[in-house]
Amino acid sequence: MSFALRTRHSVLPGFGLALGFTVLYLSLIVLIPLSAAFIKTASMSWEAFWSTVTAPRVLASFQLSFGAALIAALINAFFGLIVAWVLVRYRFSGKKLIDAMVDLPFALPTAVAGIALTTVYAEHGVIGEQLAKIGVKVAFTPLGVTMALTFIGIPFVVRTVQPVLEEIDPDVEEAAAVLGATRLQTFRRVIFPAILPATLTGFALAFARALGEYGSVVFISGNMPMRTEITPLLIVTKLEQYDYAGATAIAAVMLSASFGMLLLVNLLERWTRRAEA
Amino acid sequence: MSGLVTTRAPSAHRRETQVGESLLVRVLLIGVALLFLAIFLVAPIATVFGSAFSKGVGPYWAALVADETLDAIKLTLLTAGISVPLNVVFGVAAAWLISKYDFWGKSVLITVVDLPFSVSPVISGLIFVLLFGAHGWFGPWLSEHDIKIIFAVPGIVMATTFVTFPLVARELIAVMQAQGNDEEEAALTLGASGFAILWRITLPKVRWGLIYGVILCNARAMGEFGAVSVVSGHVRGLTNTLPLQVEILYNEYNFVGAFAVASLLSALALVTLCVKKVAEWSVSNRQAKREASQRALSVPVRPATSLEGVSP
Amino acid sequence: MTVRVEHIVKRFGSSSEVAAVADVSFAAEPKAITTLLGPSGSGKSTLLRLIAGLETPDAGRVFIDGQDVTTLSPQHRNVGFVFQSYALFRHMSVAENIAFGMKIRRLPKSQVAERVAELLGLVQLPDYGARFPSQLSGGQRQRVALARALAIEPKLLLLDEPFGALDTQVRLELREWLHSLHERTGITTLLVTHDQEEALELSQHVVLLNHGRVAQAGSPHELYDHPADEFVASFLGGANVLKSRVSDGEAKVGSQSVPAPSGARDGTPVQAFVRPHNIRVRLPNGDNPIDLGKIERLTRVGGYVKVYVSLPTGESVTVLMSKVEVDKLQVEPGDAVAVDVVDAKVFVQSYSI
Repeated sequence: MSFALRTRHSVLPGFGLALGFTVLYLSLIVLIPLSAAFIKTASMSWEAFWSTVTAPRVLASFQLSFGAALIAALINAFFGLIVAWVLVRYRFSGKKLIDAMVDLPFALPTAVAGIALTTVYAEHGVIGEQLAKIGVKVAFTPLGVTMALTFIGIPFVVRTVQPVLEEIDPDVEEAAAVLGATRLQTFRRVIFPAILPATLTGFALAFARALGEYGSVVFISGNMPMRTEITPLLIVTKLEQYDYAGATAIAAVMLSASFGMLLLVNLLERWTRRAEA
Repeated sequence: MSGLVTTRAPSAHRRETQVGESLLVRVLLIGVALLFLAIFLVAPIATVFGSAFSKGVGPYWAALVADETLDAIKLTLLTAGISVPLNVVFGVAAAWLISKYDFWGKSVLITVVDLPFSVSPVISGLIFVLLFGAHGWFGPWLSEHDIKIIFAVPGIVMATTFVTFPLVARELIAVMQAQGNDEEEAALTLGASGFAILWRITLPKVRWGLIYGVILCNARAMGEFGAVSVVSGHVRGLTNTLPLQVEILYNEYNFVGAFAVASLLSALALVTLCVKKVAEWSVSNRQAKREASQRALSVPVRPATSLEGVSP
Repeated sequence: MTVRVEHIVKRFGSSSEVAAVADVSFAAEPKAITTLLGPSGSGKSTLLRLIAGLETPDAGRVFIDGQDVTTLSPQHRNVGFVFQSYALFRHMSVAENIAFGMKIRRLPKSQVAERVAELLGLVQLPDYGARFPSQLSGGQRQRVALARALAIEPKLLLLDEPFGALDTQVRLELREWLHSLHERTGITTLLVTHDQEEALELSQHVVLLNHGRVAQAGSPHELYDHPADEFVASFLGGANVLKSRVSDGEAKVGSQSVPAPSGARDGTPVQAFVRPHNIRVRLPNGDNPIDLGKIERLTRVGGYVKVYVSLPTGESVTVLMSKVEVDKLQVEPGDAVAVDVVDAKVFVQSYSI
């Protein structure tokens, strides 16, 4: 990666210093450590790598992590859209408080969220007790994992959709109404296409975050191999057994998935900007 | 990736329009949104405080002043005390670079700054183990010189710095880009040096974005669990941070203790949200005022196109 | 009558606030362009939105084609509305924008395509169907918005400050174009504007609004030549307002006396409206020095000169004269001049000094 000064437009001083410091710090703290994971993986033979990441226990964890993250992100896309809509469009008491609360999963330590969610959804917990009556078990099941990942992802869709929704000109909706569109038609044909890129971005971010989440899940999942063991936990387990190679191989798969999502999000952002232009 | 935790100002007040949903639909949607947030947000945070005080104030206090907890508090403060200032200095430099100049590779740089967000916390810990662990690249050299990084405080600080790395930078980038360079350029024409501009113009201008970035960075640094869990080794009284202490107490079925410690971190999270609201409020207020004055300027009061449009 | 509103009232916010539209009644001429003219805050846009159904009135009724539509939702009024911001659908192409209303009405695809092509031709954008609004200039967007509104074959076309966001050159072109478009379509049109020139040029009928009430309605010339009150006189053509008193059946305006309204007794306070081009400045020629004014400032505007004169009464007037005339006078600021009023409208006005 190289940075050239070819298109330096600003007359403000400090470019060299800021660039030098930023790149140095970035390299020391992020780039060099991250590349360690890939170099370590590259030192493995292909057969060893493949047998590690296709072991039944690893595959089961991939299935759980990707599946639960996907479902949680879908839940968040649906409800996040409703929350964003309600926060932008309607006035009701306590709205500001709720708006502030949406960011809680960003600020609350994951371990705290983990033990709190476990307590809430345990068989004797506030909500778990009600669900147990209708035969639904949340704690220590894949459902519990999904619930925890949903909690973690709440802010993403809400915060990406909210500004886009705010910027839709009321005139546009009125224009659709004057042209004969019902409210539902206006939403489907005019509003939804406008907020779709932002919704997808929020969805992808929530999915990426849920994929790697650890702290809020390990308490509620029960960590039973083959059933409720998420991939990040499997990495920790391998590390505790001093199986660095195994841990790194699985980590490489997860990192590739994360970077794939990051790329997707960047493409979506570009699409959003073009739609807004 | 932008606009997630930024202090973006809400756009000018939306005009109320006659074209809208029926009352029933409104109530229904508000109900669904509130129920969703109640189940997923309010219930857990209420549980933290409810469980912490379930046996009264006495056991709560006892759990907080236990030696192990106090050690964990000290280590957590030390960790945050090192990694937050580091990330603040980086954040200011990176934000200055990204918001004031156009250069080749800028979009790549922005993506790289965000990188730690898309890395699982467990993997964030793992990479430092791979570098400094007993079997890592520098492991043999470190053990020869009797330096401990993994399962010791330096590892915890490094992992925490990595995980909280983008937080200050992206807050500042968002605010600085929104505010533009006019005032900095004005200061330059008045003879101010680069550092004088930074100190006297830019930082005061982005003060609330900076404050929120620091507070958020601090909350995440103190609350980081996954990455720290991998590098700490869980040595009681030595390498236990507050979140790790929560885990230990919880796994020992000491629920009051676990939630008492958790309540400290939750209070920190709530304070963070409050600061965010204040930051947003101060930014949007200023922006709203500016927009109002702009609107006042551009509204044509009297027609001025006609030759005869001369008022007496 | 195509559109008629009766005693319409609209308040925003609490009921104690001043009404945005206070008891307005008017009827638009069928097949003509009617202008709702007024300064900002006069309630003209609100009135247009009330007719479209985008606002509901607090009192009064709206009739379209003789049918009471007061409680009808905007979806069912079948009016074309062009927003000041154009309100084009950003994610749809120009053709999709124009087709929107027809698709909602479930017209057959072939018919929609045919009509879109026809409308693109009408608004002189035949090759722009596949473009997106962001790729168009302001004037082009304006025409797409018009085509979209016309696509549903509305009974009535409502234009809210249609040229407000355009620069002067484009505005003048589009004004011409709109005029010829109306000649061809003959659709009853209501146009909201604050630009008196636009109103006088485009429309056959003007409703002048002030503070939510109709100040005067009629043909542009009626309003211009026979203003009902001071507001109408000064808003249209920027008349000078001079105060005076009747004496011997005459009122003194400037250095001259003009006939007072019939029946006005001596001593009655009157107001005279004098348009800038209806005053002439000349060099003193045996006039009583007490009647002379003083030139304050001279501003050249193209081939005309605006002369600002302070009168002995303390009032000041703006005079518009051709540059040739002013050059002949060879006057400069500070010179004493006589002020002749060529034409003035004098109204009895109760005021206290």
